[in-house]
Amino acid sequence: MNDPMIAVRDLRKSYGSHHVLRGVDLTVRRGEIYALLGPNGAGKTTTVNILTTLVPADAGTVTVAGADVAKHPAQVRALVALTGQYAAVDPFQTGEENLVMMGNLAHLPRRAVRSRAQELLERFDLTDAARRPASTYSGGMRRRLDLAISLVASPAVLVLDEPTTGLDPASRAQLWEVVRDLAGDGTTVLLTTQYLEEADRLADTIAVLHDGVVAARGTASELKALVAGDHVRIAFEDATSLRAARDLAPAAGLAVVDVDERDLALTTPATDPVATIREALALADQHHLALAGVSVVKPTLDDVFLAVTGAPTSTTASKENAR
Amino acid sequence: MTTLAPTAPAPRHLPVATATPAAPSVLTGLRDMGTMTAREIRRTLRSVDGLITAFAIPVAIMLVFVVIFGGAIDSSGDYINYVVPGTLVLCLGFGSAATATAVAQDMTSGTIDRFKTLPILGPAPLWGHVIASVVRNLASAAVVLGVAVALGFRPDADLLGWVAVVGYVVLTVLAFTWICAAAGLVLSVDATQALNTVFLFLPYLSSGFVAVGTMPNWLHGFADNQPFTPIIESLRGLMSGTPDASTIWTAVAWLVGFLAVSITLGSLAYRRRTAR
Repeated sequence: MNDPMIAVRDLRKSYGSHHVLRGVDLTVRRGEIYALLGPNGAGKTTTVNILTTLVPADAGTVTVAGADVAKHPAQVRALVALTGQYAAVDPFQTGEENLVMMGNLAHLPRRAVRSRAQELLERFDLTDAARRPASTYSGGMRRRLDLAISLVASPAVLVLDEPTTGLDPASRAQLWEVVRDLAGDGTTVLLTTQYLEEADRLADTIAVLHDGVVAARGTASELKALVAGDHVRIAFEDATSLRAARDLAPAAGLAVVDVDERDLALTTPATDPVATIREALALADQHHLALAGVSVVKPTLDDVFLAVTGAPTSTTASKENAR
Repeated sequence: MTTLAPTAPAPRHLPVATATPAAPSVLTGLRDMGTMTAREIRRTLRSVDGLITAFAIPVAIMLVFVVIFGGAIDSSGDYINYVVPGTLVLCLGFGSAATATAVAQDMTSGTIDRFKTLPILGPAPLWGHVIASVVRNLASAAVVLGVAVALGFRPDADLLGWVAVVGYVVLTVLAFTWICAAAGLVLSVDATQALNTVFLFLPYLSSGFVAVGTMPNWLHGFADNQPFTPIIESLRGLMSGTPDASTIWTAVAWLVGFLAVSITLGSLAYRRRTAR
């Protein structure tokens, strides 16, 4: 049981002269939630497409429970279910019909198909909408149906490609809970996301994908350690106070990493945010600086990217070539 | 954090399917095709668009040719027996073209990716489109023929002749639909609309509606040799009880040729294609 559920070795894929994957290695343990974190264009969807047998790799190997995706695609398809970026439900069929169709395509015994559909409708809170065409569903309901459809055949591996993009916070939280439950029941989950928060809340292991290679990997806290922790942001009422604080801070033991003249705020790294805030307040009192507010700034995906790749996500984001 | 989500109902643990899926075989392959066909028939029956394309427009085409053009082209009333087979083939082509749009929609919506990651018979989704098209077009043809008979169409085929007509119509729809299914794999949803035009226009340049002799000379070569001429004349022969073997063989050769080429290219394209 110590064999990895998913093993990706030196995976490479190019489209023309565009090198999407330039040697990706991933090892996903059984029952683990594994997040591929990266901006558009990092190669997340391409990795998912190769893993789910949709696209052949140029070089490297991918195995699922020991089965090679290139040599034994049928075996892999029996183990893996994909929930893509777009909810792939038939709008003209009802929720129940969508599920029954997938049960039939998964070759469940005919008598089991309908009961399985009922179970999943109930689990995903869709029983009331079961007999309505999916075209009448809200975005969140459609995603839930989409996920339910993936689970009809109880896959050993669930692949989620940006599962919460475009969802409202309530639907997102609900989906996270379902994914956690699934992993708790032993399903191995590989998900791609652009959101550090999503990876943070869900994943046991995170791999940061950048320009077709894994730039960093580890647990959420290991990754955050790479960006040197939290920062404290101190905002002022006026520019005079801001400049005074900027000049006085070093002597008070506060290293200023950023001065924002427009928003009248300065940012300082904080290994212990509470102590840093105390020092900032003391400094302001002592020199009668007009404070507007103090806040703790948590590391963001941008910070992680800046730390591991030297480039902010916004400038590297090109449209992901998923074809 | 306090979750805004409505609490998901019990049971907390997801029930795991207890029944094991059947291993892929010929039987599961047939089941896959059946499942996909049922899906496509639903798509047609549940959209106003689908119903109009399948029934209203073909009936309208029949009315236009028999009632409106019929009187002008030949006031004796015999024209109806000449034009109904051509009109029927026109309707079959138009009805098949709807498949291209349906396939293209599947290709753009991510649906195809889901199907391709399932352990199903590879091109089963395509066969579902094609078989559903055959069912749809047979139903549509029955309605259109009913209208034609009501307007005065009097075919002379005997029972065996009608069996041959049905078989021939199935082969025609299979060929037309596979061409459209293959096209739907590589064209955008918008571009598939152009196939309608091809199927609605090309039959006019055949002997389906007026004798080739009445056309300008420079068109004769094309009109005599394009596939719609033998395809329509064969159907006319079968319906009037005067089938001509060589015409039928020419038509069947065209249809089987189209079928073989489009099944081959379509299956290859399907294997290579993911959602776009």
